[in-house]
Amino acid sequence: MFRSIVRLGNALSLNKVCPRRHQRCALKYSTAAAERKKFYEDVSISQGEGGLFEINLDRRKLKTPGGKLFTVPNEALAIAVATEWDAQRETLKFYTMHMTTLCNTALDNPTQRDKDQMINAALKFLETDTVCYRVDEPHALVELQKNEWDPVLHWIENRYNITIGSSSSILGPEIPEATKDTFRQHLNSYNFWSLTGLEYVITQLKSVVLSLGMIDRHLSVEQAVLLSRLEEEYQIRRWGNVEWAHDYDMYELRARTAAGALFVQLSSESSTVKRKLLQD
Amino acid sequence: MASLASPLRVCRGILKELRAIQGPSYKQSLAYAYVMDQYRKNKVTGERYCRAQQEAHHASHTYLCLLASTRNHLALHNLYHGKGERSPEEVAGLVGLRLPTQPGGKGWEK
Repeated sequence: MFRSIVRLGNALSLNKVCPRRHQRCALKYSTAAAERKKFYEDVSISQGEGGLFEINLDRRKLKTPGGKLFTVPNEALAIAVATEWDAQRETLKFYTMHMTTLCNTALDNPTQRDKDQMINAALKFLETDTVCYRVDEPHALVELQKNEWDPVLHWIENRYNITIGSSSSILGPEIPEATKDTFRQHLNSYNFWSLTGLEYVITQLKSVVLSLGMIDRHLSVEQAVLLSRLEEEYQIRRWGNVEWAHDYDMYELRARTAAGALFVQLSSESSTVKRKLLQD
Repeated sequence: MASLASPLRVCRGILKELRAIQGPSYKQSLAYAYVMDQYRKNKVTGERYCRAQQEAHHASHTYLCLLASTRNHLALHNLYHGKGERSPEEVAGLVGLRLPTQPGGKGWEK
């Protein structure tokens, strides 16, 4: 019987060959298969050399698609990744494993970028930031944008001592150089892993302002996603909700944004427990 | 902006999600141990505005959002987009035809 081969875009090409069980489960970026059977029973974490944590599937160590050993700097991140792998049933669905994907990107760096390139890419979003782009009509949407987006803009202007205007022209607002320098300096203070996560979140929300608001704990994930999709929510309220498109997109955006935010937070924190003795 | 739900509700939400992922033995999982440990550690704090406590609360809320939305996304995906393509027999059956059978196999088949 002739079996049809499914093409999924130009990045992935599906090889309809039974997945061979290697001794080391190395997945390549170019020949990533869409569906793999679950080949392990237990997921556990272990601490290797240098204090880095590794993930063990049965007794094999997890590797990144680039072939490197999968190591994370702290235990919380390792547990999050292990829970993702543990949540898979029968087939591995990589599109649900957002933390794993982020860790792989940070470890492999397949596009070979350094910190400055990433900061430039993130700041490019500032010029076309969602929160700064306003419409002129319909009037209800203008009001909604003013009520919801203006407070966030004021908050970020106060927090970072900068000015960002909002505009309704097609070219967008004029961002002064001082603002960009302030942001550049702020972004430089994050380490490479956190920057990977932060840039991911900015790309998902299409807004630097909302991403920083969420990372600085001014907004929750749901609020940030709602503000990013403000016009869609307005149209949904007007014309009705289509579950298989609107809800699907919203949950996917929430999952990705939450993963990115958690990734940034876990990569940039270092926690110590200070025990204070109760004096009586 | 609305404030976050109380830490207790977030904790119970996370445990519910872990139970949905892992089934009845979720109490032996790594994530359960870690989450309960973090909650116990951050419960008592001397200052009124404790930054570590705020960070932990925000992080737990984010993790709850992550678990809940991946579960919902997967459910919606399976419900609406999970069927895949129909096989050639089903496609033929849609219009009332049947595929021809060739007892000796087609020329290129072995």
